Amino acid sequence: MVGGALRLALRLGLAAAAFGLLAVVPQFSIDTHGVFSSELNSPGTLQVLALMLVFGAVALTYDLLFGFTGLLSFGHALYFAVGVYLTAIATTRWDWALWQALLFTAAVALLVPLLLGAVSLRVGGIAFAMVTLAFAEAGSKLVNQNPRGWTGGEEGTAVGNLPDALVGVLNTKHLYWIALGYLIFVFVAVNWVVDSSPGRVWQAIRENEQRVEVLGLQPFRFKLMVFVISSFLATAGGVVYALLIGSAGPRVTTPAFTLALLLMVVIGGTGTRWGAILGGALYTFLDYRLVEWSDKAFIRESPDLIRQPLSEPLFVLGTLFILLVFFLPGGLAGLTLPGGRRRGLRLLEQSVRTEPTTGTVEDEADPGVEART
Amino acid sequence: MSTFVLLTITGLGLGAMYFLIASGLSLIYGLMGVLNFAHGAFLTVGAYSSWWLSTQLGGVGSDVLRFLLSAAFGLLVGAVVAALVELVLIRPLYQRHIEQVLVTVGLSLAMVAWVQATWGPTERVYEAPSWLARTTEVFGARVPNDRFVEIGVAAVVLVGIVAFLRYTRYGLIIRAGVENRAMVTALGIDVRRAFTLVFAIGGLAAALAGVLSGVYFGGSIDPDRGTSLLIFAFIVVVIGGLGSIMGSAVAAVLVGLVQQYANYYGSEYLDFSVLGDLSVVLMLAITLLVRPSGLAGKWSVAH
Repeated sequence: MVGGALRLALRLGLAAAAFGLLAVVPQFSIDTHGVFSSELNSPGTLQVLALMLVFGAVALTYDLLFGFTGLLSFGHALYFAVGVYLTAIATTRWDWALWQALLFTAAVALLVPLLLGAVSLRVGGIAFAMVTLAFAEAGSKLVNQNPRGWTGGEEGTAVGNLPDALVGVLNTKHLYWIALGYLIFVFVAVNWVVDSSPGRVWQAIRENEQRVEVLGLQPFRFKLMVFVISSFLATAGGVVYALLIGSAGPRVTTPAFTLALLLMVVIGGTGTRWGAILGGALYTFLDYRLVEWSDKAFIRESPDLIRQPLSEPLFVLGTLFILLVFFLPGGLAGLTLPGGRRRGLRLLEQSVRTEPTTGTVEDEADPGVEART
Repeated sequence: MSTFVLLTITGLGLGAMYFLIASGLSLIYGLMGVLNFAHGAFLTVGAYSSWWLSTQLGGVGSDVLRFLLSAAFGLLVGAVVAALVELVLIRPLYQRHIEQVLVTVGLSLAMVAWVQATWGPTERVYEAPSWLARTTEVFGARVPNDRFVEIGVAAVVLVGIVAFLRYTRYGLIIRAGVENRAMVTALGIDVRRAFTLVFAIGGLAAALAGVLSGVYFGGSIDPDRGTSLLIFAFIVVVIGGLGSIMGSAVAAVLVGLVQQYANYYGSEYLDFSVLGDLSVVLMLAITLLVRPSGLAGKWSVAH
């Protein structure tokens, strides 16, 4: 018990220290030596840092679904996009005040996942993945269709009616702090729900859904609950992103964006809290910086066959990701996890195979898993 | 009336492409339990390979010969790439389903990005025989000829796959593997060889869909073609029932037709051109509510 309390205190202390350190970043003008394009507290760097914080948090909301409950969703981008687009549409097309837009977004952020989750959770495993993808695609088509000129189609639409403190390059640090606040909020919320009693049921569902059912609980309700919570938090992330970028564009609705969230979580460490945040931050960092790095002389002078793919961040990230799945399946957090480098993913084995074509012996248990890891 | 005929045949053409993609997806999932996210990338790579050869051929022979040669090359590349992916990336992760899905996700992003880096993000003109672009009159509707080719090819592939599964030894192993893989293995048959075969067939069918999509979409291909068609193929697979070829065929026809009708009438009368795409997603939702295991589904999902 004492050990547990001490560990908890240590974890809280570390978290507080990390967030405290992040909070004072805008006060320091440190040369970043090419890691970023300019000093640490320049607006450009702060914007990239804020995006890293936002996506770190959004990755954590995705991990709540995927890593903690074993729900492989390919439609998380939809809920993020709801936040981005509603903020923009309500403040410009409808000319609402920011607080009205936020209230409205919050209501929609509860209703939409409740409805879509109730339908898509009718199936499990891979079918669930495909269905969520289909819903996200419907959202993406809708945005591109530009109904009533609201979404702006390919061009996107700007966010309006912002308070002065959030407008202008010099105020980037305020947006940075909002992003940090969002990250802390998500971190605290996820820690709280994961350790609550529904949180334990989610983790039990991940490991063996049948067993949860046999115990007399209804997995569907718990899955819907985590789906709504995680989607709601993702929508909040979309709002912060919209404020940060100042506009809404169709990029956040694409399937590639959901896949990016999956990559972030696995890179950081599936089913871990710090891992997901780190993965999201690292992925975002690479996504923004790889383009500039690929312009470096040694790559520019290499033959087309090497130079062209290296100038595509997704090629580099996709390839790195495949290597990671092979050699470090537990992600960055897997380096420190007890129980093997594959722990995070091994817990998910059950969850992607809830619908075997027929019940075969190997679907019941896979004794080889222990031996291989 | 003529519009309706045109829409029907065009919808069938679209359904034909969905079927070509979905059949491979469904076989791979049925046998190996792998959701192959890279299937769209096979399509894109096949289509671009075919396009590349057609640009190299210049004025050799007639346009039909050039098209057939380059299409054959695209199919070959699609099959080889798919087989290589299975051998190099999927096989070492045998029984690790999560990792297999993740690898195909990474692959789908990397391969499409590679195509985009090499041949540019914008669409490329795909040269097809001029006969395909002409029209034939059917019940007063002027239907582009390529629609008939797509429908015919898909029908041939459907018959071919069904015959292959039913009358060949490998087909027997694949069918048995879909039913109960552990039992087949216990009988001393190496199912894994069938895995490579299924991937190659799937890659070939996907590349075929890629080549045909080049003709269907007004003679052009773009790097995102595979991904956007793949999503509808996923819908087809779920509606049809995972692992069932016939289910996929029926669902592909349904999805293609509904999408065409609703897209056309939606933009005609409601000024809403994505009605078809949304209707298809709605169809999926209804299928899940009424029959979660799909049209031909045999696995039951209680929750």
